[in-house]
Amino acid sequence: MSATLLAVQTLNGLQLGVLLFLIAAGLTLVFGVMDFINLAHGVQYMLGAYLAVAGYQLTGSFWLALLFALIVSLLAGLALEFLIFRHLYDRDHLDQVLATFGVIIFLNEAVKVIWGAAPLSLPIPAAFDGSFQLMDNLRYPIYRIALIGSGLGVALLLYVLVTRTRIGMLVRAGATNPDMVAALGVNIRRLFMIVFGFGTMLAGFAGIMAAPILSVEPGMGDNLLILAFVVIVIGGIGSIRGAFIAALIIGLVDTLGRSMTTDIARLLLPPAAANDVGPAIASMLIYILMAAVLFFRPSGLFPVTRS
Amino acid sequence: MKKVLSALAASTILCSASAASADSLKIGFLATLSGPPAVLGQHMRDGFLLGVKENDGKLGGLETEVLVVDDELKPDAALTKVQGLLERDKVDMMAGVVFSNVMMAVYKPVIQSETIFVGANSGPSPIAGKGCSPYFFSTSWQNDQNHEVMGKHATQQGYGKVVVMAPNYQAGKDAIAGFKRHYEGEVADEIYTKLGQLDFSAELARIADAKPDAIFTFMPGGMGVNLVKQYDQAGLKGEIPFLSAFTVDETTLPATQNTAVGLFAGAQWASNLDNPANAKFVADFKAEYGYAPSLYAAQGYDAARLIDGALEKTGGDKSKDALMAALKTAPFESVRGDFKFNNNQFPVQDFYLVKAVSKDGAFVTEAVEKVFDDKTDAYAGKCRM
Repeated sequence: MSATLLAVQTLNGLQLGVLLFLIAAGLTLVFGVMDFINLAHGVQYMLGAYLAVAGYQLTGSFWLALLFALIVSLLAGLALEFLIFRHLYDRDHLDQVLATFGVIIFLNEAVKVIWGAAPLSLPIPAAFDGSFQLMDNLRYPIYRIALIGSGLGVALLLYVLVTRTRIGMLVRAGATNPDMVAALGVNIRRLFMIVFGFGTMLAGFAGIMAAPILSVEPGMGDNLLILAFVVIVIGGIGSIRGAFIAALIIGLVDTLGRSMTTDIARLLLPPAAANDVGPAIASMLIYILMAAVLFFRPSGLFPVTRS
Repeated sequence: MKKVLSALAASTILCSASAASADSLKIGFLATLSGPPAVLGQHMRDGFLLGVKENDGKLGGLETEVLVVDDELKPDAALTKVQGLLERDKVDMMAGVVFSNVMMAVYKPVIQSETIFVGANSGPSPIAGKGCSPYFFSTSWQNDQNHEVMGKHATQQGYGKVVVMAPNYQAGKDAIAGFKRHYEGEVADEIYTKLGQLDFSAELARIADAKPDAIFTFMPGGMGVNLVKQYDQAGLKGEIPFLSAFTVDETTLPATQNTAVGLFAGAQWASNLDNPANAKFVADFKAEYGYAPSLYAAQGYDAARLIDGALEKTGGDKSKDALMAALKTAPFESVRGDFKFNNNQFPVQDFYLVKAVSKDGAFVTEAVEKVFDDKTDAYAGKCRM
């Protein structure tokens, strides 16, 4: 593998990492602050993408569609919170898993009923339409740079919000000791609702940003949800910084693994066996990584201590 | 008096029950109708139901009831539902099945219950070869065939070096094996991706680095949509020819649209095949459902018309021996043109190089040239029928 190819694959890995961070950030926020396992995060991501497609069909502009989808996915998230999730905060994690899994099934069918089963797509906005030559034969779309930029922007925004604002301070306090925060006169229910709404909007935003490069179809969030859970488990539940670092690590490991394991296997095994073993190991790498991290640091890389 | 009345009532019920089963036909239709691949099942089902509707809800003069069942792409769930269809609903025949893992789960139970099974998509090699059965008829193809078309085409075009890419599961491996069977050049790299993979940047970088004369890929459903879009965005579309099977067709074209125009695929059917049955099918399908049919829809439609033609030939006789003998002669006009059954009851048919085009505001596939004439599959020799 040449140095150019290695550099290109590293860029690809970082971009995948940033997309994973966009999805995992909302998940870790909700899980960390509210101790609520929200499996429906994946379908909120999917809903964001579908709303962006619908918004585009209504307005013909990517930016208006973005605004439309953000607002409607926030409303949808708040509706879910009010109708279903609010009643589950004090319940066992397993009850939360069951209920949010039901929401996954319901919303996957709902989008199929409303938009049909065929994959849909969203065109890249004109501002980012274009590409530059990365290496021989390969061009890199500018939109992917915009995606990386938006991910870094969201990371910065979350950092500022959580560490430098009053509400961020309340969120951090609520994550550590919700009962004490409530006893100090803070409306913890409203705080949770704000956190949840923000988490939903993050998921929807990830869906909107991913829609131009990935196909929009029922069930699109399910595979990414599993990866998002791997990210937050490795990063430490409740830690945004952990989610960011873990997402980048997973993006790099997965991408470099996919490009290199078959070649490495071919050094050791005959070609037919290498073709079997290489992809199999590549798909297992991130889970092996997760197992290794949990073995040495069971609470993740940047754990948030809960009292 | 009571005894007479109850005897009369009992005999009426018995008569009406037997009358219903002799003049009507019950077909169990199994397809994947949920999850990302649902669009394939939807096309196949809509094609089949159109075939029934065009005859006023009758096949071969018998009032037909189609029980459409969703297998959810889960072989164990499919098996339970098929057992329900066979034992509780007592269907006269089974039809459909999109995916090969589901097919391998339900094939034996259906065949062992001696129920006629008209396959409208999946055609795994065991069923075409050693495991063939007189109860099974396919209106689609054997799984390797559409890939063999691209292997032959790549050889004909003189592509000396090719990179192949498919998802890492049985159908993906069969696709690559089918391609290699007729390709005589060098396979520079075999890339197996994760099933359901969304982002192909790493693989596209590898392909660009290898600088092949063409790539061959099998990426069904949403995976194909992503690959085609990203292939175009990476600037590879104009540089390295894109050959595929089951990746660029009317199930994915509504999403890929212009990014797919000009890409080639191998198939036994395209919307512009010149025969009266096909012209009627494409026009009626669009009028009925409002979208362009794919090869899955054409296969479902042919399955309905095969059953119709066979029942016409037996004069409405549903008895298995007569019906199986009639089915074997393929007494119908297929929308793909030439059609007859081989010894393993898989089709002997023509295969084409098809191209994605934009026509009348819709994106469809059109046949460009015939690659195989009256092609049989590679496993027919292993079938002892």
